[in-house]
Amino acid sequence: MATPEVAIGPSTVAAAEDQRIFVASQWQLMWWRFHKHRVAVASGIVVAGFYLVVLGADFLAYADPNASEAQRSLMPPQPVHWFDGGRFRPHVYAVKGARDPETFKRVYRADPTMKIPIRLFPQGFEYRFLGVIPMTRHLIGVDGGLDAEKTIFLLGTDVQGRDMWSRLMYGTRISLTIGLCGVTLSLFLGVVLGGLSGFYGGIADTVIQRVIEILRSIPTIPLWMGLAAALPRDWSILQIYFAITVIISLLGWTELARVVRGRFLALREEDFVVSARLVGCTQMRTIFVHMVPSFMSHIIAATTLALPAMIISETALSFLGLGLRPPAISWGVLLQQAQNVQTVAITPWLMIPAVPVIIVVMAFNFLGDGLRDAADPYGR
Amino acid sequence: MLAYIGRRALLAVFTVWAISALAFAIIQLPPGDYVTSYIAQMASMGSVVSDEEAQNLRIQYGLGQPIYVQYLKWMELVVQGDFGFSMEWRRPVTEVIGDRLWLTVVVSVAALLLTWVLALPIGIYSAVRQYSVGDYVATFIGFIGLAVPNFLLALVILYLGFTLFNAHIGGLFTPELQDAPWSQAKVWDLFKHLPIPALILGLAGTAQQIRIMRANLLDELRKPYVVTARSKGLSEARVILKYPVRLALNPFASTIGYTLPYIVSGSIIVSIVLGLPTVGPLLLKALIAQDMFLAGTIVLLLGVMTVIGTLISDILLVWVDPRIRLEDT
Repeated sequence: MATPEVAIGPSTVAAAEDQRIFVASQWQLMWWRFHKHRVAVASGIVVAGFYLVVLGADFLAYADPNASEAQRSLMPPQPVHWFDGGRFRPHVYAVKGARDPETFKRVYRADPTMKIPIRLFPQGFEYRFLGVIPMTRHLIGVDGGLDAEKTIFLLGTDVQGRDMWSRLMYGTRISLTIGLCGVTLSLFLGVVLGGLSGFYGGIADTVIQRVIEILRSIPTIPLWMGLAAALPRDWSILQIYFAITVIISLLGWTELARVVRGRFLALREEDFVVSARLVGCTQMRTIFVHMVPSFMSHIIAATTLALPAMIISETALSFLGLGLRPPAISWGVLLQQAQNVQTVAITPWLMIPAVPVIIVVMAFNFLGDGLRDAADPYGR
Repeated sequence: MLAYIGRRALLAVFTVWAISALAFAIIQLPPGDYVTSYIAQMASMGSVVSDEEAQNLRIQYGLGQPIYVQYLKWMELVVQGDFGFSMEWRRPVTEVIGDRLWLTVVVSVAALLLTWVLALPIGIYSAVRQYSVGDYVATFIGFIGLAVPNFLLALVILYLGFTLFNAHIGGLFTPELQDAPWSQAKVWDLFKHLPIPALILGLAGTAQQIRIMRANLLDELRKPYVVTARSKGLSEARVILKYPVRLALNPFASTIGYTLPYIVSGSIIVSIVLGLPTVGPLLLKALIAQDMFLAGTIVLLLGVMTVIGTLISDILLVWVDPRIRLEDT
């Protein structure tokens, strides 16, 4: 696969450079191109960071995400003070809660005399790291974290006094994996149906294309809402999780199918595919050994671009109370508390889960754009 | 051209059928049927439905028959304008929905129009002044518009309005006019309230259209005919607006088919956040209360209206762009 740089004029390019490009594999060429796209690379790192959070959510959380305490309801975030008397010693002030005798609201006051140092790797609640290794150590925390006096709430607490930071970590795990599951299912449907459509053409193609057109002209959110609301109330978190995945991907595979079909159509008449057929390759071999590798990169890019839509869908459904339901924790479930403006105006930190949604969606978009450009050998 | 419109119309009919089947599925999925909920509802009002009456109702609605017969019976009622009875509101579904359906249409169309009004000049500017500060700003806002889910945007705007201006942004009418009968004052009031919801709904679409407009116009501007026009001494405005913009405009029309369902979808959830009197909040309430006839009807009506909108845009497109006629027939 020649890149334009080579085609323009080998004489102007250094011979060594030339050799490197000629012998490079397709993936190597893609990597070089992708590398030049700075924003995409940075976005890739951000996405990787988010998936590290998915793996280590329990390690990064310092409080049990379901531990509620009425005494700490709606506590604002505790600011971290980095220095103590000129020395680096991060700490937070102890917070005392009391009920305002006039408004009956709980008010919290920081007590600067009582400093609670933040420790690295303190003991905390028990969990299994990566689902296997039993551990009690967490990244950060305070000594005696279960003591009501010594608490740390980096992002405040919700109505039931649960720590927002820890809940956000767990929410990341569910929100990002539901996107992955959904996209895997969509990818499967998209590749099979798009492949059928593009490779065989004819009636299969017509039918599948019409189905796609129909699905794309239906407003999806009302449909999702209807289907999600029809799920039995007594299903377990896991059942709901998979049902939501299926609902989201049933309507979301169309774009991937379109990409796959387009690629098949473009490649079907290429010389190397024709020769493969003439040499006597079986159909399976033609498809999987010769055709699929040459558009694999496009599928990866399309998949990356499909992920943010999945994440937004789950967030939107859960936000409305029709997707995942508590005690499951996802970004949408967390945002449910920020549904009306009065709450948000008084307790703005409940809106914090919106930040990772926006960052991840943007990062996936940039990453997908970069991958798509890199995957296209003829593009500039 | 007629063949093309015919094909489109046929596809629209199929789509409507698919939507009706899905809406029916939504009504059917929860356990129990219409009569069980009717009996429960009557019981909650203190009256008892006799077994005989229940039996008659079941026969009237064709419950207990094969599912496709039930579907056909339901369609028969729907065609006559009888969408069933809302359990929660204890009124016919049509009465509950009332004006809300039209307000949904108004909000969606306003969002669509705003998308074009904003995207066209910004897209042209971005292409003509490529890599200028304005271009970067437009691109940046475009990315934000694509990345921020519109319900979050609505929430943020509500929050900003509340903290910065101490004003409650939201709704489509001032409270005094909310329940007033339609009058000129009420229409004007609606008009004044429209921009914010329309902007929130249209931002993602606008962002996309700006990118498409910019890319297309850049392609066109590099073509020799533009150089020719310029060398003949045409004014710059004429060089750009007369041909390249007209060609680049095409995707604006052709993407309505995909933009419209997206906007209608978004209007549901944005209406819930902003408290707009569209079918959105009604649908959510109906779903939570398992008021399935109301929910199914809303899904059906929204779907049908979207399909009609798309069909109209398709027909407009053929009228605007002769190439499509050649291509597809």
